[in-house]
Amino acid sequence: MSHAPVGRFGGFGGRYVPEALIPALEQLDEERRKARVDPEFVGELERLHRTYTGRPSIITEVPRFAEHCGGARVILKREDLNHTGSHKINNVLGQALLTKRMGKTRVIAETGAGQHGVATATAAALLGLECVVYMGRKDTERQALNVARMRLLGAEVVAVEHGSQTLKDAVNEAFRDWVANVETTHYVLGTVTGPHPFPEMVRDFHRVIGVEARQQVLDLVGRLPDVVCACVGGGSNAMGIFHRFLDDAEVRLVGLEAGGSGIASGHHAARFSTGEPGVLHGAYTFVLQDEDGQTIESHSVSAGLDYPSVGPEHAHLRETGRAEYRPITDDEAMEAFALLSRTEGILPAIESAHALAGAMQLGRELGPDAVILVNLSGRGDKDVHTAAQWFGLLDDSGSPEPAVSPEDPTGTGVQQ
Amino acid sequence: MLQRCRDEGRAALVGYLPVGFPTVDGSIEAMRALVESGVDIIEIGVPYSDPVMDGPVIQDAAVRALEAGVRVDDAFTAARAVVDSGAAALVMTYWNPVLRHGVERFAADLADAGGSGLITPDLIPDEAGEWIEAADRHGLDKVFLVAPSSTPDRLAAVTSACRGFVYATAVMGVTGARAQVGHAAQDLVARTRSVTDLPVCVGLGVSTGAQAAEVGRFADGVIVGSALVRCLTEAPSPGEGLARLRKLAAELADGVREARA
Repeated sequence: MSHAPVGRFGGFGGRYVPEALIPALEQLDEERRKARVDPEFVGELERLHRTYTGRPSIITEVPRFAEHCGGARVILKREDLNHTGSHKINNVLGQALLTKRMGKTRVIAETGAGQHGVATATAAALLGLECVVYMGRKDTERQALNVARMRLLGAEVVAVEHGSQTLKDAVNEAFRDWVANVETTHYVLGTVTGPHPFPEMVRDFHRVIGVEARQQVLDLVGRLPDVVCACVGGGSNAMGIFHRFLDDAEVRLVGLEAGGSGIASGHHAARFSTGEPGVLHGAYTFVLQDEDGQTIESHSVSAGLDYPSVGPEHAHLRETGRAEYRPITDDEAMEAFALLSRTEGILPAIESAHALAGAMQLGRELGPDAVILVNLSGRGDKDVHTAAQWFGLLDDSGSPEPAVSPEDPTGTGVQQ
Repeated sequence: MLQRCRDEGRAALVGYLPVGFPTVDGSIEAMRALVESGVDIIEIGVPYSDPVMDGPVIQDAAVRALEAGVRVDDAFTAARAVVDSGAAALVMTYWNPVLRHGVERFAADLADAGGSGLITPDLIPDEAGEWIEAADRHGLDKVFLVAPSSTPDRLAAVTSACRGFVYATAVMGVTGARAQVGHAAQDLVARTRSVTDLPVCVGLGVSTGAQAAEVGRFADGVIVGSALVRCLTEAPSPGEGLARLRKLAAELADGVREARA
């Protein structure tokens, strides 16, 4: 007689992990359920969000950017203004408090762009926990600044050398660490995938994004938005902003995946374009895989979206038609990156620029009467080097190129 | 096979090798060498791109096997060869390759090849409904894992879903050779025996004949993986790898035979 399957979103989700981890997952599930209704836990998390994260995050209407979105009204949910620079802190503070509650003293995390690693290192410093962050070697190179940030915060950063040396391999290594050290260690998984209860728990910690944004848009516009756009790597910021809108049938929920060099090129992370249902990292969901079930490496200019699998609840939302998913190419994302920077003075994370590019498409499709809410999930400080390289703003030595024309500093021809 | 070993008053020796390393033919030759050296059951590993339960040695072999073009179907070819050489063949695989192949089709192909069953390191019985049905239809063994962290409740649930034997992962952590055999192994075997009559085989990083003997005193089977794989991955040539493999397998086979002598 076996236990019934748990943590399903329709047919997706579940718990595909070694038996050794099941007791830890059951403990985690039990603790987070208790914590959710414990006024002390809820109060402490709210206090930290108010006095440390900087919640509620504001919304900003961006009319000059919106001129490039078919004239639709575009409103940004400013998760980029959170402490540590992205939405990731919402989840991490919740899980770090749970870690203390479970009597564990050490946290581990995977990171792609470095945002989740930085957030975890921050929470560990705040709460006095030992912290080890696993990061693919390739990502440590393209996000070197975040590696230094994590080390400054007292975390150990381990560069993962095998496989594709990106996010998926960092997750593999974090699981290996967790199996060996599960008695003292909590794995602060950074997105809405993995074995149950992670997809549900991480979503619940991010749900505050949509709860705030829905009311803020109502207050500003007097009605709900027509569309909510969010980028989808694992999909945590998207689930966070989508969830409060699930019952608002008139609100379209649009997730933007990394289209990389284009779907036809094969170099992308658009799981819903060419992926197939399968299991990766503990969850049954959409996975980029070959005909033998081997994971296919993903590609994106954005380290945070460069992941071959996606949260199982997104797979469910897509299957039921409640949410739709589109690929955004590297070129489209970088155009939106430059555009928001120059029209509004906001440097978005390259991940979030995919959501902005989605808003540009949808605005042009829907026209000037539309109201589009975009989750600006992170800020672009960490991406300055990548963007500067992309737009050719550096000379060969990597220093700022002095000869850039002041009329067109991005060199892209993007008009203001 | 486990019954025969039991009749001989000794633990079975279970040897793991991934199919496809260094080549498909080379791996099958290595599996035959294990059988000739006294290994009773061959665990045929299916190389997988994301082996979260494996340490560096098996990861390395899997990566190289995949680069050399190994396919899932090669595991069935290997199973046939192992069975023809007189040992029992079990396939050990992460779950996604089975899902992608089709659970029913995988079970049918494995049964056709003469394989005994499947060891599933990242599939717990709770998620295994489709596999359990297919295994029952084709008369295949269902080997699930228990761990030192397993609660009495979990031990009972997992072992009741097993057929063939129970795989006790006796240390917390990934695969890899370890210097010492801990008390945790004996304790886990005892706890497992208290809830099932099935044979209990132990995998915990055994790499020497002495360790095999020590585990063989309290377990029904001694599982050796990384130490065997390393014979092949670290050898300067395939021939030298086979020679090292035969030598170690013979030492381990002596170990399980001396355990209760």
